Amino acid sequence: MSPMARTAPVPAATDPAIIRNFCIIAHIDHGKSTLADRMLQYTGVVQSRDMKAQYLDRMDIERERGITIKSQAVRMPWEVEGTSYALNMIDTPGHVDFTYEVSRSLAACEGAVLLVDAAQGIEAQTLANLYLAMENNLTIIPVLNKIDLPAAQPEKYAEELANLIGGDPDDVLRVSGKTGMGVEVLLDKIVRDLPAPVGDPNAPARAMIFDSVYDTYRGVVTYVRVVDGMLHPRERIQMMSTRATHELLEIGVSSPEPTPSKGLGVGEVGYLITGVKDVRLSKVGDTVTNLAKPASQSLPGYADAKPMVFSGLYPLDGTDYPVLRDALEKLMLNDAALVYQPETSAALGFGFRVGFLGLLHLEITRERLEREYKLDLISTAPNVEYEVTLEDKKVVHVTNPSEYPTGKVAEVREPMVSATILAPNEFVGAIMELCQSRRGVMGGMDYLSEDRVEIRYRLPLAEIVFDFFDILKSKTRGYGSLDWKADGDQVADLVKVDIMLQGEQVDAFSAITHREKAYAYGVMMTGKLRELIPRQQFEVPIQAAIGSRIIARESIRAIRKDVLAKCYGGDISRKRKLLEKQKEGKKRMKMVGRVEVPQEAFIAALTTDESKDKAKK
Amino acid sequence: MPSVLPLGDPAPSDGLLPPQAADGAADRAFGLYVHIPFCAVRCGYCDFNTYTATELGGGASQDAYASTAISEVRLAAEVLKTSGLPDRRMSTVFFGGGTPTLLPAEDLARILGAAIEVWGLEPGAEVTTEANPDSVTPESLQLLADAGFTRVSFGMQSAVPHVLKVLDRTHTPSRVPQVVRWAREAGLAVSLDLIYGTPGESLADWRYSLETALSYEPDHISAYALIVEDGTKLAAQIRRGEVPGIDDDDHADKYELADQLIGEAGLSWYEVSNWARTPEQACRHNLAYWRGDDWWGIGPGAHSHVGGVRWWNVKHPTAYAGRLSGGVSPAAGRETLDAETRNVERVMLEARLSSGLDVSGLGTSGQHAVAGLIADGLVDPVSAFRGRLVLTLKGRLLADAVVRRILPD
Repeated sequence: MSPMARTAPVPAATDPAIIRNFCIIAHIDHGKSTLADRMLQYTGVVQSRDMKAQYLDRMDIERERGITIKSQAVRMPWEVEGTSYALNMIDTPGHVDFTYEVSRSLAACEGAVLLVDAAQGIEAQTLANLYLAMENNLTIIPVLNKIDLPAAQPEKYAEELANLIGGDPDDVLRVSGKTGMGVEVLLDKIVRDLPAPVGDPNAPARAMIFDSVYDTYRGVVTYVRVVDGMLHPRERIQMMSTRATHELLEIGVSSPEPTPSKGLGVGEVGYLITGVKDVRLSKVGDTVTNLAKPASQSLPGYADAKPMVFSGLYPLDGTDYPVLRDALEKLMLNDAALVYQPETSAALGFGFRVGFLGLLHLEITRERLEREYKLDLISTAPNVEYEVTLEDKKVVHVTNPSEYPTGKVAEVREPMVSATILAPNEFVGAIMELCQSRRGVMGGMDYLSEDRVEIRYRLPLAEIVFDFFDILKSKTRGYGSLDWKADGDQVADLVKVDIMLQGEQVDAFSAITHREKAYAYGVMMTGKLRELIPRQQFEVPIQAAIGSRIIARESIRAIRKDVLAKCYGGDISRKRKLLEKQKEGKKRMKMVGRVEVPQEAFIAALTTDESKDKAKK
Repeated sequence: MPSVLPLGDPAPSDGLLPPQAADGAADRAFGLYVHIPFCAVRCGYCDFNTYTATELGGGASQDAYASTAISEVRLAAEVLKTSGLPDRRMSTVFFGGGTPTLLPAEDLARILGAAIEVWGLEPGAEVTTEANPDSVTPESLQLLADAGFTRVSFGMQSAVPHVLKVLDRTHTPSRVPQVVRWAREAGLAVSLDLIYGTPGESLADWRYSLETALSYEPDHISAYALIVEDGTKLAAQIRRGEVPGIDDDDHADKYELADQLIGEAGLSWYEVSNWARTPEQACRHNLAYWRGDDWWGIGPGAHSHVGGVRWWNVKHPTAYAGRLSGGVSPAAGRETLDAETRNVERVMLEARLSSGLDVSGLGTSGQHAVAGLIADGLVDPVSAFRGRLVLTLKGRLLADAVVRRILPD
């Protein structure tokens, strides 16, 4: 077993031969952060007494949810057989929505630790990321974590991993991030098994951005992996996709606190600070080069983040609109994938249509807005982007049902995804049923081990953005996992269903659905609203319609009694206070025509029964 | 009155009123309410400030109550004088509870006598006591009439045994005609109190109760929808599913039936829950509440109002007796209403009356709302045209909603 390194290799003067760049591929709660913490401790970059659980996850939400949204890179010294090595651990985002960021993190590494919970086995997202790593020719070190758990089944899952990546189950390392068992062996193995980075030190500088983070004090901190040449402080650099140039105010490595260095050479991983204030000026996947001696070709793999899911965000209290606007502006500084534009809803007032990479991205953003900016928000049902071609060949992109053209539609195309679902084989039937009910087409099915299967489906994105994952979880008693990636589009028979209260269309409840599902949506939503909207002083018809054709109707009977029979022995104060309370309640109503709709009804109508209770505050 | 007191400002220990209370007092009627906080049993639906004999002792006992109440009467007269209010005779007096007739008639007479001694009665004043059909005799009713009472309001509630049982009322229905006759023989006007919407009461049950009550030819009827108050036995029974809950539509059906049958019997509504055979037989004390007149409430938990100052006494009879025996005002808290709040109260209260609300006092947005209320059939168009907002039958059932619509946001 290796000791802690006596001398750490110096950044900017490190031979690529003693550099090892790796990431950890793991599912959300499989213990990646705990393992990373243990590595920081054993390599001596963090003293035990300073150890905060899950050191690398900086945001509260991340720490609470146990997931990593933003990655970081940490340089750790480790000595094997008398040689000090520099290990760069690149922490990858752990969720399906951030596939592109994951792919860039992987591209910055020569190897990956495949970390799997010894009690749960591999999950769909981990599998997807593993395939991504294998496509990138990364060396994989399979590791089972949490072997200290009584429920651990290391033999079973070692075999599963060996089947997936080839090799012997006995080669699968067994560690416990919690107790530290096996961690030093893993560090040794990283040094021994992973190839050293290769690059041309004399070529013009090329460094790939794999993350950029906005810091209130320092502006944007850009994380890079140098491929060729060298970057130095004070020189001017250029972003190859945008041609934007900046001065390198600071360059350094995280260990794990930022430590300025004299530069970064071939194979090194570190950070750049240029003073820019917007992460959009430092795009993940872009190539950084030296302005004075620029590279002719950027590194491969750059792509713009593309929002896939759209939702309207509205403040419950209309006067909070400016707060929401400022909050989105601030979040955007740190989230290159977030796009938004102002939107008005007759029912919900002023808000924003916001584009997200996926549902988790939506949830996290919403939660941050509510928590960090003390906002109460209504979010409309998530939508995908439809491409609607009119008969006059005009093409409209629709991200909000209210933008759906009323004119003659020639064709509608909807985005598709290819989805991978992993689950114990007893749930195959239930999963197929679910996917088929969501217009899925099966692509294939494989056994990962004796009793676990990988099922592949091609599905419309619209069918999985709302409640698919929650239903999958409940149908597989929590064992099913899902990964998806964009997979083109297809023509679909879609219609817009409108919901009307007393003849007034309520834009917030409109939906674009498959024609066959329009009726079910209409019945569901009218029925839901009938339960949620309190009786008014008049009868309120609730209708669902496609165009002018009514497909479902309900009605809320008029309230007949709203009077306190008695004033108790002259206690007028009590009666007045009741009235004041009722009037306060009335203020919290949204008016749809003459119908008073409580905020709660909007929230409840836009929430699925299946989705878990997102305990608010 | 309810067992929970409102939140307000602290009341001073001498009970003195702020100067505004005296403004225009000479033009307002003055009334007296006397709360008798005793019942033989506590009814399952009741959350009023009342106690059974076994719940109380010491200075708060039934025996000592009349003397304690009289000491508040005397304190009240002093406070009003010291606060600069003019001498006014009582226009109305109302003994409520609890069950006033659980006290010996002599005690009620003694309290009334003390009040007459300090304030005097207006000629033709209305003096009412509530009474339980169980707790009166021809002799006690005669004694009350002789002492100056003019009117008795019997808590009949229902004529149907199974309904009375859910309400925990102990009297047998057949006693009601008897006590009505005795009251008339003593020269007292008679009102009957009914409750509708009791769990398990059918529409036919309610019709039977109404027809039975009307067959006794009362001068006045009050019909109150049963309210299930938190903390009552009835609320717990409904929560546990032992008796069915309250249904507003059922209440509406029963109110409409009441209005129809009572109307056919020759009585007219003058307030949402009250009907009188002639305008003179309307309960003037009740009207004083809705019209914002002045009254002093005697007794634990009693509410008072003088010139925009509302206050309420400490709730428990023992605390109440203790305060008075120490010469301290029993007022627990009070609020002094500003002009805007007084206007809100005026709209809230007067809208309930058949005499209606002055439309011109409503302000622009309120006047604007009237057209919509007429369109929805809640307000009588002819009266509105003449400047009074008077509720229709449908409007009476939705009176609180109407008030919310005419008050500014």
